[in-house]
Amino acid sequence: MDIELRNIHKRFGAIHANNDINVRFSHGRIVGILGENGAGKSTLMKILSGFQPADHGDILIDERRIDFTGPTAAIANGIGMLQQDPLDVGAFTVLENFIYGGAKGLTLKRARAEAQLSELTARFGFELDPHQPIDNLLIAQRQQLEIIRLLALGVETLILDEPTTGISAEQKDILFDALRQLARDEGMIILLVSHKLEDVIDLCDEVVVLRGGLMVGEMDMPASDKRLTSALVAETKGQLVTMMFGEELEAQSRPHYEIGAPVFIADKLVVQDLRLDMQPISLTAHAGEVIGLAGLGGSGQELFMRACARLQRVNSGALHFDGDNITGASYRQLFRRGCVFGAAGRLEEGLIAGLTLIEHTALVADDKLQIDWKSVAERADRRIDHYRIKGRAADAIEQLSGGNQQRLLIGLLPDDPKMLILEQPTRGLDVDSARWIWTQLLERCGRGAAIIFNSSDLEELVTYSDRIFVFYAGRVHEVADVAATSIDELGHLIGGSF
Amino acid sequence: MNPPRALAIQIAFLLLPIAISLAIGAILVIAVGRDPLEVVDALWKGAFKDSRKLGGVVNFWIPLTLVSIGLVVTFRAGLWNIGVEGQMMMGALFASWGAQYILLDESLSPLLNVILIALAALGGMFWGAVVGALKIRLGVNEIFGGVALNALVNVISIYLISGPWQPRIGGSAQGTEPFPTPALLPEFSARFPTNLFMIALVIAAFLIVMVMLNATRWGLNLKAVGANMRSALLLGVATERTSMSAFLVCGALAGIAGSYRVLFTFDNLRPLASGGIGFLGLLVVLLLSIRLLWVPLIAFAFATILTGSTRLQIALKLDSSLAGVLQGLLVLFVILFHGVQEVFFPQTLADDETAEDSVAAVSSAVKQKP
Repeated sequence: MDIELRNIHKRFGAIHANNDINVRFSHGRIVGILGENGAGKSTLMKILSGFQPADHGDILIDERRIDFTGPTAAIANGIGMLQQDPLDVGAFTVLENFIYGGAKGLTLKRARAEAQLSELTARFGFELDPHQPIDNLLIAQRQQLEIIRLLALGVETLILDEPTTGISAEQKDILFDALRQLARDEGMIILLVSHKLEDVIDLCDEVVVLRGGLMVGEMDMPASDKRLTSALVAETKGQLVTMMFGEELEAQSRPHYEIGAPVFIADKLVVQDLRLDMQPISLTAHAGEVIGLAGLGGSGQELFMRACARLQRVNSGALHFDGDNITGASYRQLFRRGCVFGAAGRLEEGLIAGLTLIEHTALVADDKLQIDWKSVAERADRRIDHYRIKGRAADAIEQLSGGNQQRLLIGLLPDDPKMLILEQPTRGLDVDSARWIWTQLLERCGRGAAIIFNSSDLEELVTYSDRIFVFYAGRVHEVADVAATSIDELGHLIGGSF
Repeated sequence: MNPPRALAIQIAFLLLPIAISLAIGAILVIAVGRDPLEVVDALWKGAFKDSRKLGGVVNFWIPLTLVSIGLVVTFRAGLWNIGVEGQMMMGALFASWGAQYILLDESLSPLLNVILIALAALGGMFWGAVVGALKIRLGVNEIFGGVALNALVNVISIYLISGPWQPRIGGSAQGTEPFPTPALLPEFSARFPTNLFMIALVIAAFLIVMVMLNATRWGLNLKAVGANMRSALLLGVATERTSMSAFLVCGALAGIAGSYRVLFTFDNLRPLASGGIGFLGLLVVLLLSIRLLWVPLIAFAFATILTGSTRLQIALKLDSSLAGVLQGLLVLFVILFHGVQEVFFPQTLADDETAEDSVAAVSSAVKQKP
């Protein structure tokens, strides 16, 4: 199968998200789709996978023009997309999820489906128990299930959106081996949308780079014909960054601030959870300190952070903030005293779909009954400028791209908090945006804030943390000397080797 | 989309469902062998033949508009306040208690009126607060809580009417004795039998709530809580207090509406004195997709049809439930067309008319400054 996109245009209000995109994806190739946030990658992939129509332009499969009316039609034409958060049904088992969407006729033909499922899992070295409920799976396993489900549906082109987020080093190797196998042996087209340039260089045959809705370049990757040396990776990475941003980025080093008095203390805190056996956790965060929490998704770090923000029940232990015992306090009490929680969910938790940027700004502006809309609008415009948000103050929040929503979320944080508890503050952001967010956060550290954050990006953890706590199945291991650790070592720690 | 075209679409989607439901109504009337124009004529005369009839329409409009304004507030907070009917009834009970036990001289009647209306507001707030507390403290969905409390207040009212408050002579479950005259709300005139103070109160409530919703933090908090409670909490909104305030405001307005039924419409307390007006209010607000601006107008249209339909039976020997059918058709088509508009012209739907537009205007004005 060969795919050709011709003159694709897509507008969202004033934003030209895809501006005359022409590109060819050929049989058996693994192609990286790169670009900073808002460059138009997701839009293009959504058009190709049938999630949204283009305003203008053609999709050709093997020289034949195709009309997509939705994801089902795209799958029927052999194009399937693996979403960043796998679209599966939690209460169902692996087998049931595998069957649904694929069954033709009235009966489900369980036995045949189960045979097919185990054949596919064995072929790629995946570990999937057909009778395990989805809720018990790791992100990596849900991805594996989604991949083989799409394969069973006859997909010949697989689009993956940030597939290496939230999975361990070993799981990534399994995934990449499977993808290489699919391209080489089956001639499938693999399209990889990712901000992790190392992954792209490691896996892809070629890349396509988008900037501001335009296609700005194509480039072959060295992986296919040369052995990857770290010097080669660094050189290629530099070239890619230049293409993505139009300039080279300076190496990031973070300022370290003087560590002050303890701001936040968790004393033998045991978080209540039905699935995880949470061990007592003790942690002290000092003014000016950044504490990173590492771990695979669902290892207990999210629960711990929510317990610290008083959004999750605790069984025993105590929390102290700013000198007071806050074990029984509400989140709002903490918020008013300068301890703020930022969730990873954006539109589910954090921002409010249906409200404009101005209204969001007004919500956090002050406590006065009367809202001075004019000054709030000015304030919103200042934030849009300062946080480089692509959007207008009167836009509803759901009109912004994911990256811009994330910027706004950070922009809505108070200027002088005592404590920030942040879930994946740079999730889904490109390198430049992520650095920008961290500059903003570290400025607050410099003014005496303590930060606790988690991330699935190990490089981010190593770069920005003063100390790292690694979570695995409710257990915790402290890495006190971050300078002495490496990304590789951390990758093994999150797999539970401590 | 350019503004004139968007406006045209908006108007089309307001008028089309009305036209279609009228057409189907006409077909129904023809099917039973009558002239649709006769029906329109009867409805019209039933509502507007003279100022007395018009007074009847206004007397229905007053409580309906009050509850609808209150429901805009609870809907804005994302709450389905089905309990509004019971809140009306509890207001009616509180007012009835005061009407029977606070005995003042005729000359102090205006003062007594104000006291009774305030009592009714308290009663409605009390019943609204119970729904709110059940929801916020115990996690009982406000729809279930509301339905239960509606039933409970009806049982209480029947107990009072057939027990402690029953008439001295010929006691039955029909109603209490008429309240003493000073307690009743006076008619403006025999030719236009309605209460001007209450009309003023409705207009005041409308304006105050309009300003509160669009220009204050409270209104914004309601909207935030209604759209996403979790995010609102994380952004620092006192979500529980905001939800409770919505129940209190709606309860107060519903309570006042209830007092109007017993202190003006009936002159005594009867079972089901609220007469389904609370539920009708839900319909009004849903039809308008929670836009406050048009509430008085649509409430007036409902009041007209329902008041006018009493004449269908007298004049045409047609069952007055025909009005109900017409109303049902109207609701069906408005909702249907709202769905169509949502799918095909989502840009033309703004969920509140004033704040968004004014904010957009302000921000573009600000942007143009150097």
